[in-house]
Amino acid sequence: MKVLVPVKRVVDPNVKIRVKAGGEGVELANVKMSMNPFCEIAVEEAIRLKEKGKASEVVVVSVGPAQAQETLRTGLAMGADRAILVNVEGAVEPLAVAKVLKGVVEAEAADLVILGKQAIDDDCNQTGQMLAALLGWSQATFASKIELGDGKAVVEREVDGGLQSIEVTLPTVVTADLRLNEPRFASLPNIMKAKKKPLEEKSAADYGVSVAPRLKVLATEEPGTRKAGIKVASPAELIDKLRNEARVI
Amino acid sequence: MAILLLAEHDNASLSELTARALTAARRIGGDIDILVAGQGARAAAESAAALADIRRVLLVEGDTLAHGLAEPLADLVVSLAGDYDALVAPATTTGKNVFPRVAALLDVMQVSDVVEVVSADTFKRPIYAGNAIQTVQATDPKIVLTVRTAGFAPARTGASAPIETLPPTAASQLSSIRENRIVKSERPDLGAAKIVVSGGRALGSEERFRETIIPVADKLGAAVGASRAAVDAGYAPNDWQVGQTGKIVAPDLYVAVGISGAIQHLAGMKDAKVIVAINKDEDAPIFQVADYGLVGDLFELVPELQRQL
Ligand SMILES: Cc1cc2nc3c(=O)[nH]c(=O)nc-3n(C[C@H](O)[C@H](O)[C@H](O)COP(=O)(O)OP(=O)(O)OC[C@H]3O[C@@H](n4cnc5c(N)ncnc54)[C@H](O)[C@@H]3O)c2cc1C
Ligand SMILES: Nc1ncnc2c1ncn2[C@@H]1O[C@H](COP(=O)(O)O)[C@@H](O)[C@H]1O
Repeated sequence: MKVLVPVKRVVDPNVKIRVKAGGEGVELANVKMSMNPFCEIAVEEAIRLKEKGKASEVVVVSVGPAQAQETLRTGLAMGADRAILVNVEGAVEPLAVAKVLKGVVEAEAADLVILGKQAIDDDCNQTGQMLAALLGWSQATFASKIELGDGKAVVEREVDGGLQSIEVTLPTVVTADLRLNEPRFASLPNIMKAKKKPLEEKSAADYGVSVAPRLKVLATEEPGTRKAGIKVASPAELIDKLRNEARVI
Repeated sequence: MAILLLAEHDNASLSELTARALTAARRIGGDIDILVAGQGARAAAESAAALADIRRVLLVEGDTLAHGLAEPLADLVVSLAGDYDALVAPATTTGKNVFPRVAALLDVMQVSDVVEVVSADTFKRPIYAGNAIQTVQATDPKIVLTVRTAGFAPARTGASAPIETLPPTAASQLSSIRENRIVKSERPDLGAAKIVVSGGRALGSEERFRETIIPVADKLGAAVGASRAAVDAGYAPNDWQVGQTGKIVAPDLYVAVGISGAIQHLAGMKDAKVIVAINKDEDAPIFQVADYGLVGDLFELVPELQRQL
């Protein structure tokens, strides 16, 4: 079974981002970039499936600028076999990403796609579901456990009230939640080896997809900020403040 | 303008998040129908029909709709979409699972997690864990939205809109339910509670989390939340996680106990009216957003707080 893992290059989760003056978006120049944490979890899961003999090949794919090669190399260093970069400049919306990915899935004849549940820059939480829709496949989102069977998979999902276990027919699209696994760090020898693994470059046009945005971004603002309040000396003082000053209890 | 709002419910009862999403839908303006898709969901449909100023409730029942599976539910919404200009769902795990599938089938780019309706086609939404707010204008012929319900007050009840029953669409065979481990609790729902008490990694074990956090939450009539670190360590169940990738809450009072205040956690609670932080590290980032800070050992301070309440 061939597994495809879409990975996104995003601002590192430890960076505190800044909104550019004049509402022109978020400052991305000279900011540390990383693989989206949920994509790392997706890559890890695919590699574990290969290690267990359930997957034959793991292909990582990114839709983004030339620098997304670094992100793909990270995936290769973790253990993926091959990489595909679909070159696109600027932000691409999930619908367009899903359309490109559909083209890649069909060209590669993949049977399983594992994505992150959410990109931590746009916080959209859409791409996997959209890809499943476009392919006409089943979907298992927010996965915390995946068991592959014959022609089907059983996936445990993190849902609002607790956990849900569903059975989906293969081929399928799975999106990874935080507790699916703990991604490994790539070792130095594996980072060296990754440099020699194949990385193919494509364009959105190769898949006949227009990436023109459907949402017009009118403004990007700083959120309302909170100020630090006061320190209280004791639980008694806290209760007094909550009752008589804040009036919330 | 006609709007279809997807109800959040568990068949037996309607979630309050539906009434909150209705408030957002109303700001778009137009006739609003509420879709209750489920199995044995008449009671939920009746609660939906009581919500003020809606045109009607559409009740669709079928085996495959019983648990909100994405494929049949998306097919159903798409089959109804022709009559509507906008489709709205609360950004719950059901809404987030189903609506992007609907959007893609309609060739529409969804607007996720709307926190403000600026006009019928323009919306505000947080990006980067709420560290920036984007205003976006939708240009597709239809609008597909999920709404972050914490910031919208529930719509009033007391009305009685008609309930129309529709047949289900052909059942999709792509997926099925194996097991639901949904914990029913007497406690207020985390997404709608007026007071939330959350515990972090500092609680140290599941036992100590329960012994320390639950009694004070009970005294306050509060819902219980947790940081990702506490959930990952197994001190609290996954659906208690508050944050960028967990639940978003905006209660009147949020009490963060032994939580450092990472940006991903703040993303889920910084719209609370009043924030209290209890932490032994006086430089913990959580104090930068807390209205009232209590510095010290939580294992002494929290029991004392509970006794004095
Ligand atoms: C992609 C991604 C998504 C994430 N999503 C979320 C999310 O949705 N929600 C979330 O919460 N996190 C999320 N995180 C994790 C987040 O970055 C932090 O790691 C996490 O919030 C830390 O949890 P914590 O504050 O409980 O633990 P810590 O950061 O370890 O803080 C523990 C705190 O307890 C205090 N303490 C220790 N002992 C005591 C004591 N006896 N009395 C009083 N205080 C004490 C310490 O001073 C410290 O401040 C995410 C991270 C990533 C990368
Ligand atoms: N530009 C992209 N290139 C590759 N994968 C992507 C891209 N954008 C999103 N994805 C995948 O879709 C997931 C969810 O992203 P989103 O829907 O934007 O929140 C990510 O974790 C990735 O696995």
